[in-house]
Amino acid sequence: MLAAIGVGSMDDLLVDIPSSLRLESLALPAGLSEFETMAQVESLAARNRIFADRLTFRGGGVYRRFIPAAVAAVTSKPEFYTAYTPYQPEASQGTLQAIYEFQTLIAELTALDVANASMYDGATAVAEAAMMAHIHTGRNEVLVAGYLHPEYLEVLRAFSEGRGIKVRKGVEANSKTAAVIFQQPDFLGLLVDARGLTESAHKAGALAIACVDPISLAILAPPGEYGADIAAGEGQQLGLSLSYGGPHVGFIACSKELVRRLPGRLIGTSHDAAGRRGFVLTLTAREQHIRRERATSNICTNHSLCALAASVYMTYMGAEGLRQIAEVSFKRAHALADRLSKLPGWEMAFPDRQFLYEFPIRVPKGPALNRRLARKGILGGLDVHRWFRELKGVQTFTCTEVNDARALDELVEAVAG
Amino acid sequence: MTELLSFEKSRPNAHGPRLPDADVDGPGSADLLPSDQRRANPPGLPRLSEPEIMRHYGRLASLNYSISEQFYPLGSCTMKYNPVANEVAAALPGFTDLHPYQDEDSVQGALSLMWRLEQALCAVVGVERVTLQPAAGAHGEWTALRMIQAFHRSRGESRTEVLVPDSAHGTNPASAALSGFHVVEVKSGADGRISLADLESKLSPSVAALMLTNPNTLGLFEREILDVAELVHATGAKLYYDGANLNAFMGICRPGDMGFDAVHMNLHKTFTTPHGGGGPGAGPVGVKADLVPFLPTPTVERLNGHLKLDFKRPQSIGRVRSFYGNFGMLVRAYTYILAMGGDGLTQASLDAVLSANYLRNEVKDVLDMPHDGACMHEFVASARNLAPHGIKALDVAKGLLERDFYAPTIYFPLVVPEAIMVEPTETESKATLDAFATAIKEIVKQAVEDPQSLHEAPHGLPVGRLDEVATARQINAYLQGQSEDPVLRWKPAS
Repeated sequence: MLAAIGVGSMDDLLVDIPSSLRLESLALPAGLSEFETMAQVESLAARNRIFADRLTFRGGGVYRRFIPAAVAAVTSKPEFYTAYTPYQPEASQGTLQAIYEFQTLIAELTALDVANASMYDGATAVAEAAMMAHIHTGRNEVLVAGYLHPEYLEVLRAFSEGRGIKVRKGVEANSKTAAVIFQQPDFLGLLVDARGLTESAHKAGALAIACVDPISLAILAPPGEYGADIAAGEGQQLGLSLSYGGPHVGFIACSKELVRRLPGRLIGTSHDAAGRRGFVLTLTAREQHIRRERATSNICTNHSLCALAASVYMTYMGAEGLRQIAEVSFKRAHALADRLSKLPGWEMAFPDRQFLYEFPIRVPKGPALNRRLARKGILGGLDVHRWFRELKGVQTFTCTEVNDARALDELVEAVAG
Repeated sequence: MTELLSFEKSRPNAHGPRLPDADVDGPGSADLLPSDQRRANPPGLPRLSEPEIMRHYGRLASLNYSISEQFYPLGSCTMKYNPVANEVAAALPGFTDLHPYQDEDSVQGALSLMWRLEQALCAVVGVERVTLQPAAGAHGEWTALRMIQAFHRSRGESRTEVLVPDSAHGTNPASAALSGFHVVEVKSGADGRISLADLESKLSPSVAALMLTNPNTLGLFEREILDVAELVHATGAKLYYDGANLNAFMGICRPGDMGFDAVHMNLHKTFTTPHGGGGPGAGPVGVKADLVPFLPTPTVERLNGHLKLDFKRPQSIGRVRSFYGNFGMLVRAYTYILAMGGDGLTQASLDAVLSANYLRNEVKDVLDMPHDGACMHEFVASARNLAPHGIKALDVAKGLLERDFYAPTIYFPLVVPEAIMVEPTETESKATLDAFATAIKEIVKQAVEDPQSLHEAPHGLPVGRLDEVATARQINAYLQGQSEDPVLRWKPAS
């Protein structure tokens, strides 16, 4: 090949690199066979402690749920996972249609007009939603009401700081407020007055941004039903494994008025000269590769394959399946809360508040308790005091369809013993 | 062939999944939740049986071109083969079933993998530390700019401008704007490289950073990079490296040695994590010592052989996403680095440069080459020589699709009219490169002899060229209330 190019050596192709920059060699060990490579990687995996799904009671934004085998069977198709962003629509109809279905599924679930083709995670989805509100209203402050996931709040602050947007905690919106952001259910698992918060945001001329759990929307009023302008959230529960926190998938849905403010990719229907329906990336004038510094966001690579997983999951479950999953989780969590709160020294942290399948409870000696539970193979509640000073001794427990009735008994016995 | 939407195939009586009963006594949601908290109308999700679902997605998969079946010479995107061992590694239950809020003692394997990956990336790009948190390249760019901003602020300096070459990726100016910077463009010279004179004229005490990729988006190495670094540093600004083109020189040279202060890497380009039809990727950022205090939290630290997450970093820019990054992608990239080793990564870059130069040479007589001399891992050609026949870069791209190749990146970089940007990567054989060159020659011949047939390309794909203008027009009509069809989602016919 060198001869065909007409050069004598590789160095002739690298002449533009100043010789003072050339490396002798890369300071890394030599390559390994696949067998040796996998042995090393497997030994790292083996140094992690894995808790059985049925004995995992910890959530905090990432949840153990049943993942149908169909999900991995689809996402492991190389035609999906080794394709690129669908820039050439004629050769990318599979990805384009699947993500168009994702947009529709999310819009249906949130009861809003339009959803985008995915974000990195729930945290960046909320932050980008806040940027949409800032652009749309021209206002420079966002208000965070109640217990938003503390990591989402941190990411929101990081996004806002660069753009000179102020993040304030509270519920009183005023004429400077671009948006009121609330999480439903909140980080602790408790229901908030989404309707009331939305109304008060609108009264001040601000937008209402609901950070929502997609599974919850099978039984809870969705943002579209109470008039929120934007729904943002994390889709991990829709068929994605824990994976130590990622990759998962964020989503944003909004009302018609805000479509042009949406970050990232959008897919729409089109047709060819023969009248066949097809799908294309559209409204690209919002995006970085066209508008550069005036784009609505810098996002380019998103989480398409995770969005595909979520689509397979939602299609597999259907509305009725999702409702059953949410309802089973609800019943088990309430049964567990009832039993735990009767133990000596345990009491519900917010006894007057409703929850779905994650709840905050005051526990005696939390860290010691978790060590004791771990010895019995149980991943216990999440200590939330590390983020919230006022919640000393409070842990949140989560129940889903994977925590069977016997697992609940085991937890209660382990706590009591 | 086209495929109906899942919504259109939905059947009200399809068998849904069998799911567990609650098996506990106690109230349900209808007993406890007030009606205004409950959903009034169920979501309109499709209802299909598992075999129907599997066939639906199986057919959709067959409508895609992908690395597994086609050559994908997409410039700037480094579409190389994704080793299947990576996928097996990332699917190990010891990784997939790990909760991000487990105690440090129980996740030592994960932290160790992150630590080792960080060390390896530091060695490849020549920096002090790396954050693995950013989820994608653009996210990494923004993270790096936020660190640079925090660095300047910590010194009491308010620098408001970021310089970006006219040939830069669109994410560069967008990331700068998202960080609150004013973007100032630097021009390319006639040789396709950054103009030192123009750079000098735009440098000032207000400049926070210059964002540069090297080799640049034309596939050309910035020969005067050391002079660029000196000019930038002399004004107190930082030099930022866009890692989209890192595949050009692993083991050959390092951005850190060139004078770059912050470097992002795309694990989904250089380190073979698959693109997934548009993600997820991962965009780690490496920094030199004076930017280390500003890294996002948490960092992974090692103390007496024990690994821990460090959240107490007073000067940190904070978190840029939840948890610790796209961990599953980190596993894949680490697996690749282990398998390749220092020798393998170096060879990969050498082969990538060889492939690009070989292919460039094979097509240089039939397409316009705006720049002379050797290229690095990719090259930019132009279809402007076909303009007399009414043929554009877009037509060449569609002609390639018709011949079972994915198309190169077209109309980018913006500084070359009718640009065709080709990045073959090291994982393609000479036979594939030859077949691609032959296809280009055929297309050029077709452009001269039968341009109309090329305008109508691609034939034989699931759909022909789609009317994107009509799509945008219909969306406008919907947004202005003149149409009920949202275009951006399916709705049942009313």
